[in-house]
Amino acid sequence: MLQNYLPVLIFLGIAGGLGIVLLALGFLFGSGGKDAEKLSPYECGFEAFEDSRMKFDVRYYLVAILFIIFDLEIAFLFPWAVSLDSIGGFGLLAMGLFLGVLVVGFIYEWKKGALEWD
Amino acid sequence: MFLNLLFYTFGAVLVGAALGVVFSRNPVHAIMFLVLAFFNSAVLWLLLEAEFLAIALVLVYVGAVMVLFLFVVMMLDVNVEQVREGFARYMPVGLLVAFIMVVELGQVIWVRSWGISTLTTAPPLPEDYSNTKALGKVLYTEHVYAFELASVILLLAIVAAITLTMRKRPNLKQQDIAAQVAVRREDRVRLVSMPAEKKE
Amino acid sequence: MKRVLTLLVVSLLASGVALAQTGADAGFWAGLPDPLRLTILTTAQVVGVTVVLILCVAYMTLAERKIIGYIQNRIGPNRVGFKGLLQPFADVFKLLFKEVVVPTNSSRFLFIIAPLLSIIPTFAPWTVMPISDSFVLADIDAGLLYVLALTSMGVYGVILAGWATNSKYALLGAMRSAAQIVAYEIAMGFALVGVLMAAGSLNLGDIILAQQGGVLNWFWLWLAPLFVIYFISGVAETNRAPFDVAEGESEIVAGFHVEYSGVAFAVFFLAEYANMILIAALTAIFFLGGWLSPFEGLLGADSFLGQPSFFWFALKTSFFLFCFLWFRATFPRYRYDQIMRLGWKVFIPITIVWIAVEGVFVWNKVGPWSHLATAGS
Repeated sequence: MLQNYLPVLIFLGIAGGLGIVLLALGFLFGSGGKDAEKLSPYECGFEAFEDSRMKFDVRYYLVAILFIIFDLEIAFLFPWAVSLDSIGGFGLLAMGLFLGVLVVGFIYEWKKGALEWD
Repeated sequence: MFLNLLFYTFGAVLVGAALGVVFSRNPVHAIMFLVLAFFNSAVLWLLLEAEFLAIALVLVYVGAVMVLFLFVVMMLDVNVEQVREGFARYMPVGLLVAFIMVVELGQVIWVRSWGISTLTTAPPLPEDYSNTKALGKVLYTEHVYAFELASVILLLAIVAAITLTMRKRPNLKQQDIAAQVAVRREDRVRLVSMPAEKKE
Repeated sequence: MKRVLTLLVVSLLASGVALAQTGADAGFWAGLPDPLRLTILTTAQVVGVTVVLILCVAYMTLAERKIIGYIQNRIGPNRVGFKGLLQPFADVFKLLFKEVVVPTNSSRFLFIIAPLLSIIPTFAPWTVMPISDSFVLADIDAGLLYVLALTSMGVYGVILAGWATNSKYALLGAMRSAAQIVAYEIAMGFALVGVLMAAGSLNLGDIILAQQGGVLNWFWLWLAPLFVIYFISGVAETNRAPFDVAEGESEIVAGFHVEYSGVAFAVFFLAEYANMILIAALTAIFFLGGWLSPFEGLLGADSFLGQPSFFWFALKTSFFLFCFLWFRATFPRYRYDQIMRLGWKVFIPITIVWIAVEGVFVWNKVGPWSHLATAGS
């Protein structure tokens, strides 16, 4: 099984290498000199007022947390979906219950307005 | 021999990355080190032929959990200097936690080492063996109770996340997107046919 | 500069000749230990696939400009080479010789690492892609899981680029696209669960084999809602129009890569287009039977059209790629809150419902799931 993963490792390396080579070529051939105006971050014609890294709406964290929960749910669904033929009706019911509980959570989110984006 | 080499390489990178998490000053760099650490642990699991677990580790931790971490660290605008002030104050607690964890880890390794003298590689598996299927076979039948428990924990997480972070802002004007999207042309435009009129 | 270039070309040629000579020396080749030979062969294959993929991306950009041009009653690029066929290379060389500007307030290291993090997850999944009925680089058992794990990493490049740049537009673009990618990833995941239920395997080759037996056995029919949702989510994942709020030119200039210039921009560009090709290929594999022929069993086994081949895979992938361009030329950009609603409130419920429907099918042994034994317990 492990030698099946050799191409995976090589491909990861080659893909990373491709990016590195391209960037290196760019820095090697790229022309132009340094200039304070050129290097300053883009604004609509004026100096930047402040550091642009700012606090964001808490809504983004909520989305990220909900994403984790659903991602876990999917991770639970994968082995179930491929082993359907060996777990029979019992497995189906088990997943039904699992999804049922989570659908309750989903409805809760919906009713609370956590999925609203305003 | 080759496997051992792989193990030690990835193990070394893992330890290095873990040290990087602790020692880097920039929190975003620390997170990237943590991502690297997860990757290397996934490879270590892969070396144990735990295919599903290895890739699921990347999927769940790198793909989801670390993204949340990144969100939080980037957007909370963490001031490193401020955080450093509390260092001496939190030091004893941190040391205590570290000590307990070291003891626990030591116990696990020590107790385990009674049975087996050295680490052995997993027994060879048949050609068509599927890690994922094998997992599915037991997870939804033998361990169904734990499985259902997991769903309840996830439900709890949903409820907790929402109660902790949801703030209803008062007098917010909201749009009913469903109604907006459902609009047909006939609702908005009325085509009238009328005879041509003569201009005065 | 010219001297450097000539030096580079000469050294490349020299190493090529040297390689050819050693290759001709069969004794040397046979003398290598087996693992090393395997590694060299695999590396050669990987490089081959990568080069082909880069060429595909190059001509995808040309196709985009041409097709959208014709849709909008223009001609598109037609100066470089015959009918503009060399245009992508002109673009590449132009970008290569542009300066890579690293803005003053940016985090240098993260700024440079971000394009790398976006290109790796778009190229590496090709390792497990069954490109034709006989060629796949790594026939691993958890192929689909691997693809999903890698694509879920694409968001890092975007977030890091936006944050490292330290520009307001970039940060806004990054946040928008991160929340969007995350929402559609869930819809995609659920849609894939449906595919898995029907195929019963995580191996992409096996998923194709499970669709054997003509057009009506391909999953698009039984999983029609999932098929539509998967492809639309794919468009949203790649930040393409009409879901391109991450780079909405008229609002936040170019979004997360606003400060990237020259080759650094090219790497993001490469990643975006490679991602499109990936999504198109995956949709073809999951729902249109990958390299299976639509005339299976209708035409004789000796005719080319009746046989499974790379040709069919390429044709189906091209069709979806054309859809990408078609969408871009046709639809106005979605509003951000509408995008989030579509992902969370429309796609996710539909996929969950369809998984339940499939469960009922399995229970009653209808459809492609009839082979599954439910009498077990």
